[in-house]
Amino acid sequence: MAKLIIILLSAVFINNYILSRFLGICPFLGVSKKLDSAAGMSLAVIFVMMIATAVTWPIQMFLLNPNNLGYLQTIVFILVIAALVQLVEIVLKRYIPALHKSLGVYLPLITTNCAILGVTILNIDEGYTFLEAMVNSLGSGLGFMLAMIMFSGVRSKLEGADIPKSFKGLPITLVAASITSLSFMGFGGVIENMFK
Amino acid sequence: MTKLENFSKGIIKENPVLVLVLGTCPTLATSTNVMSALGMGIAATIVLLCSNIVISALRKVIPDKVRIPCFIVLIAGFVTMVQMLVKAFAPELDQSLGIYLPLIVVNCIILGRAEMFAQKNSVIDSAIDGLGMGAGFTLTLVLMGTIREVFGSGTFFGLPIPVLADHNVSILTMAPGGFFVFGLLIALVNKLSPDKAKKKQFGCAGCPSAELCQGKNCGEVEADG
Repeated sequence: MAKLIIILLSAVFINNYILSRFLGICPFLGVSKKLDSAAGMSLAVIFVMMIATAVTWPIQMFLLNPNNLGYLQTIVFILVIAALVQLVEIVLKRYIPALHKSLGVYLPLITTNCAILGVTILNIDEGYTFLEAMVNSLGSGLGFMLAMIMFSGVRSKLEGADIPKSFKGLPITLVAASITSLSFMGFGGVIENMFK
Repeated sequence: MTKLENFSKGIIKENPVLVLVLGTCPTLATSTNVMSALGMGIAATIVLLCSNIVISALRKVIPDKVRIPCFIVLIAGFVTMVQMLVKAFAPELDQSLGIYLPLIVVNCIILGRAEMFAQKNSVIDSAIDGLGMGAGFTLTLVLMGTIREVFGSGTFFGLPIPVLADHNVSILTMAPGGFFVFGLLIALVNKLSPDKAKKKQFGCAGCPSAELCQGKNCGEVEADG
């Protein structure tokens, strides 16, 4: 149990996908302008990360590894994720239209999001069990959400700030991201020592 | 457009990282030192060149509706090849690139060039475009890697530099330093080309999902208006 909590908390705070692993920077810079779209995108990411892990982990362990096809990992995973995102969209549209309405627009963007492919590959590389892999995906998704929502707050403050002309737009956003990322470094070492 | 212009646009005018702002994840993640930056740049260039050539050659065969899945499969195939080559011949590079090597598949530059260029142009033009974009990507990565390695750990290609080695700013090699150096570089590009500064918002031009979302998600529409 302690191990699961450590995995969850370190995925959220220490190995934060955006701020320390640099995965999913595109939505982080693109969608974090407004709070509601940041929240919608992050919910969709959490959702797809969990489903993608639930599908790719068994594929790797029970299909690819026994047949010595480990090298097909990249191709198989990206195809599975792309198909899955489509499928999820169709299912949501048919059965849960309310959810589709709020998450639907973000789903196509997620197929080519490196955070999703990243989490599925990392789960295999780290040698997690199925349960640990699911917890890690949940934590990574929550960490993504935390960074997105925090940063949308930072960005709304930046809107009105008087900054040098050449820093307007993306550069100041990146500098702000740098400071946000600095604040997350403070979590390093805290969680490993929590259970000692 | 001459062949030379086609090649050189990737390096300066349409630099994929600093002007089009594509492929930010590998740029930030692998530029901690010059060696891994160079390795990432070369690996991505090989994939980009191969995928541009094949996609351009198949542009009349692939039906428009399923082109994105087709592109992704082709790109994933090339990435797997590069991954195996790197694992076999440069295991150290494989260690330092880690997860970012398979993640070349979702590098927006590659899918973006397939969408924007290779599916509309001849094989030779697409190959030149791929090389130029790859060179631009590699040069930017090496530039960022140099800044971060020289000032962050006081070395260059692993060789210590006399004074800087004792007075390094190690934060530059960590995550915040990556964002910071990247932000400064883009600001510098904005300064040098003021007319383009307004377009430096995150662009839909290279986003493969732009057709589906039409700028609704990233506030692009709003930024233009």
